[in-house]
Amino acid sequence: MNEQALKDLLYKIADDQLIIGHRNSEWNGLGPILEEDIAFCSMAQDKIGQSLQFYKLLEELGEKDPDAIAFTRNAPSFHNSQLVELPIGDYEFSLMRHFLFDHAEFIRFEMLSRSSYPPLSEIAHKLKGEIKYHIMHANAWIQQLGNSTDEAVKRLQSALNMAFPYALGVFEESKFEGDLIQDGIFEGEHKLRSKWFEDIDKILAKTDLILPDLAAESAHLGGRYGEHTEHLQPLLDEMSEVFNIDPSAEW
Amino acid sequence: MVTKAEILHWLEEVKDPEIPMLSLIDLGVIRNVEITTNTKVKVTMTPTFTGCPAMEVMKQDVIDTLLNYGIDDPEVEINFKERWKSDLINEKGRTALKKFGLAPPPRDTLIVDIDILQHVECPHCESHDTNMKSPFGPTLCRSLHYCNTCKQAFEQFKPIE
Repeated sequence: MNEQALKDLLYKIADDQLIIGHRNSEWNGLGPILEEDIAFCSMAQDKIGQSLQFYKLLEELGEKDPDAIAFTRNAPSFHNSQLVELPIGDYEFSLMRHFLFDHAEFIRFEMLSRSSYPPLSEIAHKLKGEIKYHIMHANAWIQQLGNSTDEAVKRLQSALNMAFPYALGVFEESKFEGDLIQDGIFEGEHKLRSKWFEDIDKILAKTDLILPDLAAESAHLGGRYGEHTEHLQPLLDEMSEVFNIDPSAEW
Repeated sequence: MVTKAEILHWLEEVKDPEIPMLSLIDLGVIRNVEITTNTKVKVTMTPTFTGCPAMEVMKQDVIDTLLNYGIDDPEVEINFKERWKSDLINEKGRTALKKFGLAPPPRDTLIVDIDILQHVECPHCESHDTNMKSPFGPTLCRSLHYCNTCKQAFEQFKPIE
């Protein structure tokens, strides 16, 4: 087993979850209706709790402890996709990002539940059950709003057009892709992306929204290799503000 | 020598901090007990939801209870080797949930689909004329519902496989 390949995979999953979790939590107190406020905060709690499990696996593989990994790295050391670091924007953008991201994440965990690395497959199996609720939530709102007023459709369509190239960046291949597939650890980003496209197409076909052409779009890549938008570092600074006042404090 | 049955009996005192009528045994999160000596016991737990913030409290409550019964060297390990699923809530636990006003999760759900959650039995009047308002409620393990018969809002303990 290529341990470096495994660590790279764990880092990108954990970082995606930590960052989308913090972005989701920004809806605390701002949701358009109370149920949505609660939904985004619950998903935030799920994602941050899930990221911890992956950071723990990394710790077992010799990396630093979860708090240190989560709160003491700067943007170039983060492996999350650029999609998750973008600001929350208006509700329609956060909803669309949640829809695109969680469908990918669900398939990822489904694949990883078959991983040849047991500590990973055990956690992935657990998480796919939890992410089902995230998908259920996203699908319900996308279908409801995607079939409603002209304004709702127009807003969601422009959110989709904007988010789509970033969503493709989620599937940026790692330099260890071949090793991961060969060792049976992960079936690969390419396979994941095809399944994802089928799944989101099925839901969007039930709405007035038009899915951008996969072949015509170019992905916003780089996130998996530490290249980020200007939005990530300010978020990390905010997340670690209290921690950095006294990093050696006992909590 | 202390027995496994004794330990499980003691642990019935430990309740879910968010649902105080429900013991951890009845909730099904205690997955194993290993007895090394009369004073050294290891309990294995698994969380209902991974991000559940009550997990650390439950762990400490288990340790405190064992110490109370003279187990000087208690240990609690949390892992995912044997995953929690809602079917692990026993009959006593389901009754406790209902008494608390929470609909118990439907049993043997292989696929959690929106339809399964749409017409959950109301814990107040047992009507099935209910709607799900949101899959997310006041805690990670609960969803929000409304009963069209008794006109009351209620929560359900979410099914998970």
